[in-house]
Amino acid sequence: MRSRRAKQGLWIAIFVLPALIMVGIFIIAPLFLSFYNSLYNWDGIKRRDFIGLRNFASIFSQYPYKDRFFNAIKHNIIWFIATMLFQNSIGLFFGYLLSRRIKGSEIYKRIFFIPVTFSLVAVGFLWALYLNPIWGIVNKTLKQIGLSGLAHTWLGDARLATPTIIAVNIWRWLGFPTLIFYAGINNIPEEYIEAAYLDGSNEWSLFWKIIFPLIIPSVTIITVLTFIGSLNVFEQIYVMEGLDGGPFYSTDTLGTLFYRTAFGSVDTGLPEIGIGSAIGVVIYVLTFTASATSALLLRRKEVEL
Amino acid sequence: MIFNMKFKGVSFEKKLLYMFFELILITYSIMIILPLINMFISSLKSTREIFMFPYSLPQSISFKNYVQVWIKGNFGIYFLNSVIVTGSSLFLTLFLGSLAAYAIARYSYKLNTLIYLIFLSGIMLPLKSAIISLFLMMKTLRLLNTYWALISVYTAMSLPSTVFILTGFMRSLPRDLENAARIDGCSEFGIYRRIILPLSKQGLAIVAIYNGVPIWNDFFFPLVFIQNDKLKTLPLGMTVFFGQYQTNWGLLFAALSIAIIPIITVYILLSNQFIRGITAGAIK
Repeated sequence: MRSRRAKQGLWIAIFVLPALIMVGIFIIAPLFLSFYNSLYNWDGIKRRDFIGLRNFASIFSQYPYKDRFFNAIKHNIIWFIATMLFQNSIGLFFGYLLSRRIKGSEIYKRIFFIPVTFSLVAVGFLWALYLNPIWGIVNKTLKQIGLSGLAHTWLGDARLATPTIIAVNIWRWLGFPTLIFYAGINNIPEEYIEAAYLDGSNEWSLFWKIIFPLIIPSVTIITVLTFIGSLNVFEQIYVMEGLDGGPFYSTDTLGTLFYRTAFGSVDTGLPEIGIGSAIGVVIYVLTFTASATSALLLRRKEVEL
Repeated sequence: MIFNMKFKGVSFEKKLLYMFFELILITYSIMIILPLINMFISSLKSTREIFMFPYSLPQSISFKNYVQVWIKGNFGIYFLNSVIVTGSSLFLTLFLGSLAAYAIARYSYKLNTLIYLIFLSGIMLPLKSAIISLFLMMKTLRLLNTYWALISVYTAMSLPSTVFILTGFMRSLPRDLENAARIDGCSEFGIYRRIILPLSKQGLAIVAIYNGVPIWNDFFFPLVFIQNDKLKTLPLGMTVFFGQYQTNWGLLFAALSIAIIPIITVYILLSNQFIRGITAGAIK
C-alpha cells in the first residue's frame, strides 16, 4: 500500500512539474526580475550600480521622463473613461436588447462578435486606410453626401487622433461586453423578474432596481478588463500612429512609452533599461491591484447572494 | 418572458420604440459588415480603381493582388509561421495543462491547493510589462529569433487559465470509471490518457479557443523576439508589408483580406464555440 502511494506521488510530480516550471520561469520570474532590474543603473544592457528607487523618482519628477510619463498616463485615463462611457454602456444596452429576444437577436449577437476575433494589427491597418484624409472611404463618403465639413484628417490631427483610435478600438471590441452582459442578464432567474412585474414595476425601473444589481459581477469584470486593457494599449497606437504616439505625442500611452524607453528610446534614442523596468513595474502593480480588487469584490458579492 | 420584445400585442408606442431599437441594431450590423465587404472588393481592384471608383465593383475579377502578397510579400511564409507557432503552443498548453489539471483535480494530497493557487495567481499577471526581463532572459538562453521564444512564452501564458478551466471541468467527472480502471491495473498515466482526456474534450475545445485566438493574433512578443523576416508571424509580417507597400492599396487590401477572411470563415463555422471560448474567462 505504502509503495503504491509513493508511486502515485511520483506520478503526480511528473504530471504537475512541467507546467509549474514553465509558469515559474516564463511568468513569475520575469515579474520579479523586472522589479530587481528597476533598482539598478544600466549602461546599455549591462547592469551597473544599485540605486534604490531612483529610477522611480526620475519617472515622477525628472525631465523629460516626468513629462512623457504624465502625458502618456493622461491618455490611458482618457482611454478608460471613453471606453466605459461609450463601449460598455452601449454594450449593456445591446446586451439588454438581445437578452429580451428582440427580433433577430441571434443574428445580431453573431455579427457583433465578428471583429472581436480579429487581430488588433489588421483592424488598425484597415481603419487607417479608411480614415486616410485624401483617399480613405470615410472622408469620400462624407463629401459624397454633402457633409464635407465633417471630413477631417482623423489620425493626423492632434486633437482628434486619440478619440479616433478609441472609436476604432470600440468597433473591434463592442461585441465582447455585449455578450458578457447578455449572458449575465440571461442568468437571472425568471422568478425575480416576474415578482417585480407583479409588483407593478415598469420596464425601466425593473432594469435599474432588479436587473442591474444582479449583474454587478459582470459589470465588475468588464470594468476591470477595461481598466487592464486601457493600461496596456499598445498595438492600436503602434499601427495607426507609430511608436512615438504621434502627432506630437498626442496619442502616446504607457505601452508605447514603455516600449520606446525599453528598446530605444525617449528623446535620446538609446535603450534605458532601468527607467523602462520602472515603468513596467508601475504598469503591472496597477494591473495587479485592479485584478486583486475585483477578485475580492466578486467574492464578497458571492457571499451576499 | 414577460418583457420579451415581441411586436405582437403591444401598444403603438412600444411598437415604435422597438422599431427604433431594431434600427439601431441594424445600423451597427451594417457598420461591421460593410467595411469588411468593401475590404474584400477592394482587394480585387487595382489601386487606381480603388481611388477613382471607391464604391463600384471591380472591372474584372482578378486575384493577382493575392498572388503578389502571398509570394512577393512573404505572406505564405508568415502564414506558415503563425500556424507552426500557434499549433505548437496550443499542443504544449493542452498537453501540459491537462496533465497538471488532472493531478490537481483527481488526487488528494497536501500540496494540492497550494499548486492550484500558484497557477491561479498566474492568470491575471500582465506579462507584457515584464518584457525587458523576458527579453534579457531569452537573450541569455539564446532563444531570440527562434520559434521557441514565442512557443515557450505563449505556452506559459496560457497554462494558468488552462489549468483553472480544466481543473473545474475534471472535478465534475464521475469517479467510478477511474476506480474500475485502477482495479484492472491501469497505470496513472493510462487513466489520464484513456479515461479523463477523452471525457474532457469539451473543456479542451474551450481552452483551445480561449488561448488560441489571442496567440494567433499576438503582435507584441514577435515584435520583441523576432528580427529574422523568415520567422515572422502574420501580424508582425503585416507591419513589414504595410511599411514596404504603403501606396499600393490593392495589395494592402489583399493583405488584410488574407489576415481576416480565414478567421471569419472559421468563426462562421464555429460561432457558438468561439463565443463561448473567447468569453470563457469572464463568464462562469
